[in-house]
Amino acid sequence: MKILVCISNVPDTTSKINFIEGDTQFDRNGIQFIINPNDEFGLTRAIWFQQKQGAEVSVVSVGNASCEPTLRKCLAIGADRAFRVDLEPTDGFQVAQQLQAHCQNENYDLIIAGRESIDYNGSMVPGMLSALLGSSFVTNCVALEITENKAQASREIDGGIETVSCDLPLVIGAQKGLVEEKDLIIPNMRGIMQARQKPLEVIPPTTTETRSEVIHYEKPAPRGEVKLVDANNLDQLIDLLQNEAKVI
Amino acid sequence: MAVLIYAESENNLLKKSAFELASYGRAVADKKECDLIAVVFNLSDPSSLSEYGVNKVISYEDPTLSAFKAHEYGVHLVSTAKEINVDLVVLSSSADAKYLAPILSVALMAGYASNVVALPESYAPLTVKRTCYSNKAFNTTILKNEINIIGLSNNAFGAHKKSTPLSVKSGEISPSSGSLQIEKVEKVTGKVTIADADIVISGGRGLKGPENWHLIEDLADVLGAATACSKPVSDMGWRPHSEHVGQTGKPVATNLYIAVGVSGAIQHLAGINASKVKVVINNDPEAPFFKAADYGVVGDAFEVVPALIEKLKKFQNS
Repeated sequence: MKILVCISNVPDTTSKINFIEGDTQFDRNGIQFIINPNDEFGLTRAIWFQQKQGAEVSVVSVGNASCEPTLRKCLAIGADRAFRVDLEPTDGFQVAQQLQAHCQNENYDLIIAGRESIDYNGSMVPGMLSALLGSSFVTNCVALEITENKAQASREIDGGIETVSCDLPLVIGAQKGLVEEKDLIIPNMRGIMQARQKPLEVIPPTTTETRSEVIHYEKPAPRGEVKLVDANNLDQLIDLLQNEAKVI
Repeated sequence: MAVLIYAESENNLLKKSAFELASYGRAVADKKECDLIAVVFNLSDPSSLSEYGVNKVISYEDPTLSAFKAHEYGVHLVSTAKEINVDLVVLSSSADAKYLAPILSVALMAGYASNVVALPESYAPLTVKRTCYSNKAFNTTILKNEINIIGLSNNAFGAHKKSTPLSVKSGEISPSSGSLQIEKVEKVTGKVTIADADIVISGGRGLKGPENWHLIEDLADVLGAATACSKPVSDMGWRPHSEHVGQTGKPVATNLYIAVGVSGAIQHLAGINASKVKVVINNDPEAPFFKAADYGVVGDAFEVVPALIEKLKKFQNS
């Protein structure tokens, strides 16, 4: 089984977000970059298939050289090889097209991408990639088993869980629940040393189109002071919620 | 030119989001001076959509469409969109709609923006405001294609009544294809889901253990609210992952969010930021949540919550 995990290089979840260049660029100054958490849940499941079912695990990012430390971390976690498509993307469709071009040369059985990145939050790359490849697709995936050429996958729906079966090749939108938080792999020294020897291939981008363009960023307006209500005067809270906030 | 919405239904009833989409679609259709068309699947009575501005319904009814399947529903939405020259599709932010949107985008060669929070700022080019950086920021995005798809954030626009004459037409069923089969669906019945809720009550580590969750559930029952929890609570297995709200969990965009014993880590606050009114109950006055909330009560959850439940019951009976 050949597995590809698509990795997005994103600001750490604790980052404070700022913009520069007249609010048209993200300020990378002082920001730690990490594997997109939804991708990391997917990568961890892929490593499980590698260890239990002998799968070969590749990772890929579409981005400039600044995402290489994150790809090396994926190799240290256990991925066998890494690819970087040498293009700083500006929209999700462009990423999906670049990934499609890579996948067409490699015949992956299973392609995993996070259901969304925590920076752009587009929720589009895995779905678009599946449509471009004509593969099966399950997003918000919280459980995945592969036997022979069949997959059984569960997805989180509003108010429950739906389990489906389908043929491979399959594209998955991964999220929390696909593996437990405690099962995430922290690279050890041996893994980090080995990662240095593993192949990280830089691929030239193909010609792609963009369908959207971000022209401006802004931060939410600052909030007013919290109104404190005395714990012995909860009638006041109910009054505020009813008459001021008008929500009950 | 036309605006198309996918009006979601469940058990033959339209979901709340369908009326919000209709209202949004009507506002856009008025600006563009075009029709607002809703597609429904296996829904016997779509007439209530006319109260929210829909003037045409394409109704697909077939046993193969009884449960949502992204591929099959997508095929029918695409054929409607092409047949009536739709140039804008508006979808909700439900799990199903987010599943569907990227597939539609490829099939229609459409631009797509998710998490849109307001009416378009302009129509030529189509320019929308959406959330990014997990609700820590907004961006303004231009959609550049001839057909575009907007994914509307829950509760961002609200449902607004506007009566419109309605015509209903049956759509032609395409044969089912693809290998995907639904094997089972496990659903919690009789509980409000986070996606549908107007009010969400969330519990954190301050509740000390899963055995104390009746406090959250009782408060939720009184208010007809959904229950949620912070990341540590789901990581420790006190509550299921599906209740985890925050940056790596579910986003919450509700009218009222009440956090009990949640300290307010930056990741949690990001996930709930789109909620309109936030209330925090915490015994630590230094908890970061107090800086993000509209109303706060400094006090012991084990005393404040039961007292609040009693007072709310009295308030509702008065």
